[in-house]
Amino acid sequence: MSSTPVIQVKNLKKQFGNKIVLDELDIEVSAGESCVIIGSSGSGKSVLIKSILGMLPFDSGKIWINGEDTSLLSLNQRQELLNQVGMLFQGGALFDSMTVAENVAFGLVQGIGMAKNKAREIALEKLKAVDLSPAVADIFPAELSGGMQKRVALARAIATNPKIIFFDEPTTGLDPIVSGTINDLIIRCVRDLGASAITITHDINSLRKIADKVGLLFKGKLVWTGSVADMDKTNNPYVHQFINGLPNGPFTEVL
Amino acid sequence: MLTLLIKIGQATLAILYQCGHIALFLGDALRHAIRPPWYGRQLINQFIQIGYFSLPVVGLTAIFTGMVLALQSYTGFSRFSAESAVATVVVLSMTRELGPVLAGLMVAGRIGAAMAAEIGTMRVTEQIDALSMLSTNPIKYLVVPRIIAGMTMLPLLVIVADIIGVMGGYSVGVYKLGFNAANYLDQTWRYLEVKDILSGLIKATCFGLIISLMGCYHGYHSNRGAEGVGRATTNAVVSASILILFVNYALTILLFEK
Repeated sequence: MSSTPVIQVKNLKKQFGNKIVLDELDIEVSAGESCVIIGSSGSGKSVLIKSILGMLPFDSGKIWINGEDTSLLSLNQRQELLNQVGMLFQGGALFDSMTVAENVAFGLVQGIGMAKNKAREIALEKLKAVDLSPAVADIFPAELSGGMQKRVALARAIATNPKIIFFDEPTTGLDPIVSGTINDLIIRCVRDLGASAITITHDINSLRKIADKVGLLFKGKLVWTGSVADMDKTNNPYVHQFINGLPNGPFTEVL
Repeated sequence: MLTLLIKIGQATLAILYQCGHIALFLGDALRHAIRPPWYGRQLINQFIQIGYFSLPVVGLTAIFTGMVLALQSYTGFSRFSAESAVATVVVLSMTRELGPVLAGLMVAGRIGAAMAAEIGTMRVTEQIDALSMLSTNPIKYLVVPRIIAGMTMLPLLVIVADIIGVMGGYSVGVYKLGFNAANYLDQTWRYLEVKDILSGLIKATCFGLIISLMGCYHGYHSNRGAEGVGRATTNAVVSASILILFVNYALTILLFEK
């Protein structure tokens, strides 16, 4: 923890009506670290990511990215910051009116203003990086299988060589084998880029593969943080219930 | 009694809230419309979608409206031997009212629904979030081109509708009702003023704004799931249609009352 953390969140609070979704949440991710946040559905995982990215306004608290307070950024500065951030959306969120190559090149052309030919070259390269052949470049996302769409989405997320990558449930809805390959690709891509990653998931297998640091989110709070190795040793009742998928425990008691 | 008042109050507040929300949305779109970057390809796409692909629908509506107008006004006017007014009635009703209103309603059904469904689906599948993640403002990229295209294409469609509608009236007048062709055309031109056509085009511009604004707004704020998109589509078409009829009346008063 020598340098400033890439992402730092302090006292983040978010409420929808009367429901507190994030409750004074603190989190820190340092450079090159892969932080995985787990928690049951509706525990505020997506809200957390969207708040960090500025897609959702939060009620109170502070978020720093690369040491800069995001609430003080102008629209242009925020845009610049987003150019260094990639995100893999849960459903892929590929633009279905564009071909695979156009999808991957989108951030390069629109965000950085790269020429189309050059962007296409990089897009093909990135497709190769996620083990897709150039043959898929000119078809539309709807013609691909779920696993392949995820790969294209991953290629799009890493196209601009971002320094920070967010993964929103990268393996949800995929079979175990495809999940495995996606996990491997995530590890490889993040490592190749030297990027920091924040992943939200409830897939324990995926977590064991990709995480350096784990945070367990419950009722808007991180009830436990630690490494994967710690996770198996701890006697924290939340962690114990979650990773073993037990029907009885603190998660189900309070509901 | 009290609950009734509460209901009325709540409904009023909801409507006001929605109006304000739509106004803010429009303001946002206008602010983005005057600032670069502009997305030319998206705009041309929308020109084609709204202008070119609506031609058959608008043309068919116009020709049958013109034909039935001629037929019905003939039945009416022949009762007091004023048949010569048929051509004038057809051209004035087409340019002033029916051209813009019917084209507006047809385009609202065709384009407004498509916009709401497309943008709504993009919202639901997080494509709109993905746009902003990829350094592209979704209002600029999705909404602005649609509004500009709506406002420019609808007047052009109305010109086409006017011409085809008059042609429909002409064909019924000449081939079915036995008017002299030259006379019919002469009657068509004689009482037509520039103002008649212009007022129709002004209306069309407003209707174009209404259709694209409603389509984009309801799509953009679509709720989760297939049901949300379905509701967005319905709301877009219904609100656009009602607004078109209402604004048409208001504009008629504004433009023609002295």
